[in-house]
Amino acid sequence: MVEVNLWSGLRKFTDGAEVVEVEGRTVGQLLDGLVAIHPGLAPVIESGISVAVDGEVITGGRNTPVEPDSEVFLMQQIKGG
Amino acid sequence: MAKDEITKDFKWIGTTPDRPDGLDKVTGRARYGADFNLPNMLYAAVVRSPHAHAKILKIDASKALALKGVKAVVTRADLPTGLTGEDLYLQENTLAGEKALYDGHAVAAVAATSQLLANDAARLIEVEYEVLPHVTDVDKAMAKDAPVILPDCADHTVPEGMGPNVARMIEFGRGDLEAGYAEADVVHEQSYTTEATHQGYIEPHAAVGQMGSDGKGEMWVCTQGQWFIRKMCSAVLGTDPAQLRVTPSEIGGGFGGKTTIFMEPLPLALSRKAGGRPVKLVMSRSDVLRATGPTASASMDVKMGMKKDGTITAAEVTFRMQGGPFPGASPVGEALSCAFACYDIPNLMHVGYEVLANRPKCAAYRAPGSPMAAYAVESMVDELCRELSLDPIDVRLKNGVKEGSRASYGPKFKTIGLAETLEAAKAHPNYAVKLGPNQGRGVASGFWFNHGGETSVSLAISEDGTAQVSVGTPDIGGSRASIALMTAETLGIPYENVRVNIVETGALGVNEPTHGSRATFASGKAMWEAANQAIKEMCKRAAQKWDIDPEAVTWKDGAAHPAGDNAGQFEPMSIKEIAAEMGKTGGPISGHHESTPSGAGPSFGTHVVDVEVDPETGRVTVLRYLVTQDAGRAIHPQYVEGQYQGGAAQGIGWALNEGYIYGEDGKLQNSVFLDYRVPVASDLPMIDTVIVEVPNPGHPFGVRGVGETGITPPLPAIANAIHAATGARLRALPMNPPAVLAAIKAMA
Repeated sequence: MVEVNLWSGLRKFTDGAEVVEVEGRTVGQLLDGLVAIHPGLAPVIESGISVAVDGEVITGGRNTPVEPDSEVFLMQQIKGG
Repeated sequence: MAKDEITKDFKWIGTTPDRPDGLDKVTGRARYGADFNLPNMLYAAVVRSPHAHAKILKIDASKALALKGVKAVVTRADLPTGLTGEDLYLQENTLAGEKALYDGHAVAAVAATSQLLANDAARLIEVEYEVLPHVTDVDKAMAKDAPVILPDCADHTVPEGMGPNVARMIEFGRGDLEAGYAEADVVHEQSYTTEATHQGYIEPHAAVGQMGSDGKGEMWVCTQGQWFIRKMCSAVLGTDPAQLRVTPSEIGGGFGGKTTIFMEPLPLALSRKAGGRPVKLVMSRSDVLRATGPTASASMDVKMGMKKDGTITAAEVTFRMQGGPFPGASPVGEALSCAFACYDIPNLMHVGYEVLANRPKCAAYRAPGSPMAAYAVESMVDELCRELSLDPIDVRLKNGVKEGSRASYGPKFKTIGLAETLEAAKAHPNYAVKLGPNQGRGVASGFWFNHGGETSVSLAISEDGTAQVSVGTPDIGGSRASIALMTAETLGIPYENVRVNIVETGALGVNEPTHGSRATFASGKAMWEAANQAIKEMCKRAAQKWDIDPEAVTWKDGAAHPAGDNAGQFEPMSIKEIAAEMGKTGGPISGHHESTPSGAGPSFGTHVVDVEVDPETGRVTVLRYLVTQDAGRAIHPQYVEGQYQGGAAQGIGWALNEGYIYGEDGKLQNSVFLDYRVPVASDLPMIDTVIVEVPNPGHPFGVRGVGETGITPPLPAIANAIHAATGARLRALPMNPPAVLAAIKAMA
């Protein structure tokens, strides 16, 4: 299981939880797992987010591997100039 | 680590040769968007709304179409229906549907055999409007009784009871704010505003488009990202993106504003309707300012607590940003994430609102959102430092993030160089210069994430042993030179033996635009992988010739060598020799790499500015300016320095003069450069730079993006300097002479 840290504004979709434990070996599996546990997160994830794995901000990299002790954060999607 | 220590092992990286595209650009040979022409080409003009908000009752193009030489008119009725989300907003922005949503919103377009004729025809297109109430101010747009711009614009994040133009709410934080404030010796709370500013690129948008009735087409366009143009234009027109080939021109600046589309689908739509004849459309400066994306205007609240020793105990922000009339355009999310990114603060809260307004659709602008956030937060840090008589650099060193610190937006930082930029600023002679009357010094730091993004690169060895590199990231700030230097370093060949080509959409896999400070990082990283593929193949060819195992061959100084004595005694085989024979030894040698690279290390910077304020007029003169910023590794130090200076120059303009001015009628009052005043050379001192190099472990040469961080600190640094000079704290931008004079008089 991997601990996924959410931003606090998402608590309303997760019964108040800011950290959700999810089964998965890739970022994509974690995101799918999150939606399976808390379907209210689906529109948030579909509208675009960034994910940080062990300090690396990943945009779109669903196949990025994660380890059980990886530090995973959901973040606002970042656009650059 | 000193710069000399880092670069000494490189032959090419860290040197400053002329840019490969330099001669073409200074002699006028380089072809920009408006320089492209085709036989049988038509010229386009656009009809724009004169109203900030109006229902479109009727469009009558009959008089225009009756003119000899007018070949096509397009309105929204010519575009497909049924689009949703961002595709719909792009289409709605390309040509208004039921309503015009801002002054300058495109309503119709016409193509004719000459530009003059097209302009005349546009004037003959009659549009009947019903003018509606409008709102351009972000705080007024948030009100519950504000004019409704797009019905039901709120997404799932917006609580019940908000105004009709609130499209999104963001909230995140950590710790216990109240406990943090209780620990503090001083707690301050203030509000700040910034006005929208435009990227101000010198080259207006320009494109030539050609499309047949079969939906197959081509486009030559000034853009930061040809694949984004392909995807977005195809979505708006309802065509297959694979059938549109997009070639980027040279680009006269973008700064984020050319990562999206504004008028680009129109030449294609007109061409399709005009029997496939190519159509050229070039925007005027006024059109650019009225109808392409500036950045957001912002209204921001900041609260912060600090101990007497300078420790920041708690902080919170509430940001309201309007991004024009469509959801998803404002950079409020990025602004929140950047707000406290320089600081390690245990108790934090961020709240943000995206608000719709009757203004042009926002686009990215250099570190989107970060300059506004820095203006609010870094001004507040300065206010607390002054109250507690603390040195602003020492306070930033005390609270600044370093490797292992938890970022304000969640994850832990890897190797970063904020402290090094602060130390460099403190050690610089500028920080010790004694100031005179009416002079003041300001300090501020800034941050940008940097970005990897979808990337595809190919590299081919030519018959003469030179290298051709094809990249999909348009060269805005010298990336051809930096990629050529990295290629030369990797292959061990002279810089002059590398040609870097910016290619069209048919030549490579998908590339994201040159945005997010990613071109040198991502295309450079992909080039390195591609070059190593080619090296592996060249080692194999040498091994075959020497009849030894390929693993027993190594690559050094542009040649294959036996890896050691056991491999045998052979004279090194140069890239020139291998390339000359490649047709007979297995065929062309090349490498390619496609990925979405991670590891784009963040970049931090610190600015120190000295100003003099004329107490009688309020005019601010920038006396000296210092940028220290972490580049990871400066591949071409002059171009890194240019990015630092460019960011500072744009930030100085944003701080002191630039800003969209709307009249009571919702019309933009300053839509030309005479009235929208960007800084010119005579407004600026020499901008001193220190390139700090804390190598990024996520890149083979240690590169961090350098394009964006530099625009972040100038806004607060100058506000802090004006306060130091006058005692007046300006909490609204721009800080032009009337505003500064009013602030000085208000103190008296």
